[in-house]
Amino acid sequence: MSNLLEIRNLTVRFGGICAVDHVSLDVEKGKIVTLIGANGAGKSTTLRAVSGIVKPTEGEILFDGENILGLSPDKIVARGVTMVPEGRRVFPNLTVLENLKIGAYLRKDNLTDDMEYVYSLFPRLKERSWQLAGTLSGGEQQMLAVGRALMAKPKLIMMDEPSLGLAPLVVRNIFEIIRTINDAGITVLLNEQNANMALKAADFGYVLETGRITLSGTGAALYADEGVKEAYLGKRKE
Amino acid sequence: MKETFWEKNKRAICNLALVLVLLAAVIAIDLLAPTTSMWFSVLRKVFTFALAAVSMNLLNGFTGLFSLGQAGFMLLGAYTYAIFTIPVELRASVFRNYGASLIQFQMPIVPALLCAGIVAAVFAFLIGLPVLRLKSDYLAIATLGFAEIVRGLVQLQNFGPLTNGPDPINKFTAPEHIWIYALIAGTCILLIILIVNSTYGRAFKAIRDDEIAAEAMGINLASHKQLSFITSSFFCGIAGAMLAMCNSSVSSVSFTTSMTYQILLVVVIGGIGSISGSMIAAFIYYASSEWWLKFLDLETYTAAGARVPLLGPGFRMVVFSVLIMIVVLFFRTGIMGTREISVYDFFAKLFSKKGGAAK
Repeated sequence: MSNLLEIRNLTVRFGGICAVDHVSLDVEKGKIVTLIGANGAGKSTTLRAVSGIVKPTEGEILFDGENILGLSPDKIVARGVTMVPEGRRVFPNLTVLENLKIGAYLRKDNLTDDMEYVYSLFPRLKERSWQLAGTLSGGEQQMLAVGRALMAKPKLIMMDEPSLGLAPLVVRNIFEIIRTINDAGITVLLNEQNANMALKAADFGYVLETGRITLSGTGAALYADEGVKEAYLGKRKE
Repeated sequence: MKETFWEKNKRAICNLALVLVLLAAVIAIDLLAPTTSMWFSVLRKVFTFALAAVSMNLLNGFTGLFSLGQAGFMLLGAYTYAIFTIPVELRASVFRNYGASLIQFQMPIVPALLCAGIVAAVFAFLIGLPVLRLKSDYLAIATLGFAEIVRGLVQLQNFGPLTNGPDPINKFTAPEHIWIYALIAGTCILLIILIVNSTYGRAFKAIRDDEIAAEAMGINLASHKQLSFITSSFFCGIAGAMLAMCNSSVSSVSFTTSMTYQILLVVVIGGIGSISGSMIAAFIYYASSEWWLKFLDLETYTAAGARVPLLGPGFRMVVFSVLIMIVVLFFRTGIMGTREISVYDFFAKLFSKKGGAAK
């Protein structure tokens, strides 16, 4: 029972608007933890604060027991936290191979093994390694974004809406990959609007509403919760 | 083992062969052409602005930073080179309005060129600190302003003993042979190519494509932008020094904003993000504007003695502008786009086509 990531009282303000309001959450080592919630609930902002792209106004972010709040994004990546950004954000004018190499930018060691690992997860990427990333399909771009994040050899991988804008079949594929990655020992923090898939996959879940955590529990418990069912799973109360 | 080496480097080797052929051609022109030939003045300018364009491309095309400070950095390079290479005995006559020159030694060409680059790079570092926080158009305006400030400052009487104030600097070492220009530009462009293909170059391209994703991948935006800006300015300074050699006189009034626009035009015509494109465009641009289209400026009479309509001073630029519009309309991404020239691929395609026809 050790926590890889602990967020304490995280508050992020944009001007007068409070996007994240005293959020505290734990991510246990080796688990899949999901944040679910509607648009604008503060899920993405929380992840961006952890990765250092957004500067929080208040709070504490402990990674492996050390405070990483206030570090620059590259220092945070170097400690083993990577993000798969929302909307994939692959580098369109670089080849698939170059995209993967950028993922390993801060590493100085040999990449061959990790390259093989990523290609074994996503054989499609190997076929297209010389293609420009901008010419890939949405699903392939998401695979590339995940592969790129894996190239940094992270301890914690944060995924921001990996199912956004993808066909149901591709979404299922992505979730299978998430489990495979997790089985390999990488902790996953997942942001999802697709609560159905996310809660089924996750060990633990948090529900975020307008910047506050309103509910938390194991994936199965949240999945069975009446309130969550009604609000996020689209099932009516009997 | 030998085969894999060839397989790995065949494109680089073929391109190197092309470069050597071109260098041989330049030396041949240098030795054989009459000294009055247009080749001399045109090729000197082509090499100078090819380097300037490639260095601008490193910043604008590969890192996505839209900077318009080129004229300013070239000015710094040109002045540094000129000031350091005036022979000591001639200094008094050059700086006659200011008593004596502040600097009383003469440098050989290569160290002076390096100094030109370093001075430009130091200024780039200093102004990069505040200016690189800006994005796109704002960065362009700020760097444009920098270039104008530099141009204004060197003209100040107070800097007279160093910069000769508003008076031009001349009598410095200016090599005549075009192969020297080719060598300087070639070496610098080769270094830029190596940078672009290194991991740093890949990081620059990542920043250009998507800043936020690049940051999330652990690329430090501020330091990489700064690095690209400094490197680009270093080579821009050397291009400025080459321009000083071409003109064998340096005067701050010639480093105007329109010079930056000329370089930008070369970059756009060649293809933003293509080094070989910039070089080809530099040749086409300066050869046609200084040479091939010069006849349009002359008043020409037909055999019957009638004046050919429209031809006359200034008409060259009209035709030239139309040509540029055509290029921009029909080659949206420039002549080369983001591709690079590859002699190997060219011949491979050529022979495979022939082979197909034979079957």
